[in-house]
Amino acid sequence: MNDLGSALTTAASMVTTADPAVVQVVLLSLRVSLTAVAIAALVGLPLGALLAVAQFPGRRVMIVALNALMGLPPVVCGLLVYLLLSRSGPLGPLGLLFTPTAMVIAQAVLIAPILAALARQLLEGMWEEYSEQLRSFGAGPWRAVPTLLWDGRYALLTVLLAGFGRASAEVGAVMIVGGNIDGFTRVMTTAIALETSKGDLPLALALGMVLMAIVLTVNAAAQVLRDSSARWAG
Amino acid sequence: MLKTLRRTLLAVFLGALALPALAQERSITVASTTSTEQSGLFGYLLPIFTQASGITVRVVALGTGQALDVGRRGDADVLFVHDRVAETRFVTEGYGGPRHHVMFNDFVLIGPAADPAHIAGLRDTAEALRRIAAAASPFVSRGDRSGTHAAELRLWVQAGVDPVQGRGAWYREVGQGMGPALNAAAAQNAYILADRGTWLAFRNRQELKIVVEGDARLFNQYGVMLVSPQRHPSVKVVDGQRFIDWLISPAGQTAIAGYKINGEQLFFPNATQPEPVS
Amino acid sequence: MRAPDTILPLTAEGLGFARNGVDILCDVFLTIEPGAPTLIIGPNGAGKSVLLRLLHGLLDPTAGRIVYAPAPEPRRRQAMVFQRPVLLRRSVLGNALYPLALAGVPRGERDARARAALALVGLEALAGRPARRLSGGEQQRLALARAAALNPDVLFLDEPCASLDPAATRAVEQIVTALAARGTKIVMTTHDLGQARRLAGDVVFLHRGRLLEQTPAEVFFTEPETPEAAAFLQGQLVW
Repeated sequence: MNDLGSALTTAASMVTTADPAVVQVVLLSLRVSLTAVAIAALVGLPLGALLAVAQFPGRRVMIVALNALMGLPPVVCGLLVYLLLSRSGPLGPLGLLFTPTAMVIAQAVLIAPILAALARQLLEGMWEEYSEQLRSFGAGPWRAVPTLLWDGRYALLTVLLAGFGRASAEVGAVMIVGGNIDGFTRVMTTAIALETSKGDLPLALALGMVLMAIVLTVNAAAQVLRDSSARWAG
Repeated sequence: MLKTLRRTLLAVFLGALALPALAQERSITVASTTSTEQSGLFGYLLPIFTQASGITVRVVALGTGQALDVGRRGDADVLFVHDRVAETRFVTEGYGGPRHHVMFNDFVLIGPAADPAHIAGLRDTAEALRRIAAAASPFVSRGDRSGTHAAELRLWVQAGVDPVQGRGAWYREVGQGMGPALNAAAAQNAYILADRGTWLAFRNRQELKIVVEGDARLFNQYGVMLVSPQRHPSVKVVDGQRFIDWLISPAGQTAIAGYKINGEQLFFPNATQPEPVS
Repeated sequence: MRAPDTILPLTAEGLGFARNGVDILCDVFLTIEPGAPTLIIGPNGAGKSVLLRLLHGLLDPTAGRIVYAPAPEPRRRQAMVFQRPVLLRRSVLGNALYPLALAGVPRGERDARARAALALVGLEALAGRPARRLSGGEQQRLALARAAALNPDVLFLDEPCASLDPAATRAVEQIVTALAARGTKIVMTTHDLGQARRLAGDVVFLHRGRLLEQTPAEVFFTEPETPEAAAFLQGQLVW
């Protein structure tokens, strides 16, 4: 109880004083996770839309694979990216290991299947409604993909939020490929893990509360946007 | 209202993306141990070096075994670790070196205040471990190929006890860093071998305290070495060597001696001294 | 205004469609000529909607074939409006612009054509409104505008007024008449005989998946050739 109380006090003082070290960590977290969501969305959303509209051999296998990849443990994902980016790995010459870019790559790999799988589920319903009309207009599956993505944009916001939530909350992948380097690759979750290691549980919990507050703010803003816009689009 | 909100969100999003990549200063990557990072030594030491040299040091804190692997793969420029045997193998295998003494501290045997194995105050670590095994008192092991883990295993050998027989009962390998292992020991009221630096900086002690210390066998030597640029051309030789040279220079040694928690010195520079025999 | 080339006459040659081994449409021979609207009528389950979808190319026939008069890109010279309009989650204008973009209409022309089509159905004032918030009648008028903007040779309408109130029905009929007067061939299914009487130039009567009559409207409504048609016109339940 004492620890919880002191965590609350610490969290409050972090927010009110805008402790520069905390601010840096928070900004890096946002930058890494938002960039990862953006990149994963560029790949995952069109893929999900294509799976919703197109019939091709291997489609069912891909859907099952995507659904399974939604449960990919971040540590495994981090390890894969680590081996790819290591100096001894195929992409070693890029020198990306232990940089924020590596963390973006790992998180993008982690959440792209999530975005694709959720987008497919969502857009399949919309395609059921649209397909006859779009075919009447002469739009094949390829042309339907951008149409569904655009018309489903407000609903897809929820999908992006799910991806952002997963990205900003995971610690295993960014710890491995980022290295939790102070002032360079330390994000909210790895900072929490470090403070937990040091046995400073109240500080770790306070950082966790700040993280929760940020995720909550992002979600609330997106929800307001989605609700008001969805009401518009019907 | 909706328009404004949308614009604000977009601005925040783009702003977060466009945050200037952190300034591309001169930097080296050092693979080191959880004990040096979590004891707070690097937080104190590195700014002094950066100020003197203009070189930023990026520390990836791992167990010594993992840190050596990172060096083998060429993913770090400098290694700063504490497992003399493994380090020597690393050097003789041609992955890096030469190896330099930097500093030492010592391990301490931590245990619950109730001390069920009755070892508090002993100076003979081997005897203490034998009593823990005999009493089957819970003992938490790092179990992560770290320098501390290697030291612990050597101590068991010296005690003539094979702790693996206690696995699943009183001998508990957590496979984690020093801090998480201490958290686990605190939660289970178990004995544990820890480096003094991490112990002093550790906050979640609960019932734990030092039970055995001061044995020569508990000596903990840290070494530093450059990863071989012949193996990995990407290694930043000049800046990496500059860091090593500074650490073993009088300036670096003085800085190490200056790091204290609650007035207590954590690490003892010994770059110029021969290693005491354990 | 209309280019001299057209996909009409459009001919169905022995058209058949079976689903899961059950014949839904059998051996349909039919010619759609330019001119006044062709109304496809018949009892429920006669295969009216399937015939319309086959003619439009949304379904592939399991027997027979459809022949267009030789004209480039026949798929782009026809449009269809469904019983329940499927409106995109965009503005009214956005809905009218969408098929034009798909049809490859040059960017500079789209806006004028879309707005003209909206004016035709009386929705120009609502151009900026979200399409899916319109009333049912307005939605169907927008669907008509969307199709009309394409300037098709043939416009297929599948029971466009089935879920509309009388006022909205009247508005839709006026638009259909205006489009027909403009030279667009209307091919429309309906179960409303009054509507068929008001709009039809000729009538296609379907019964149990077979085409029983294709006759000019004045002949069909006064002297139907088949007993089934006569019974249908008298309001008996034919099955």
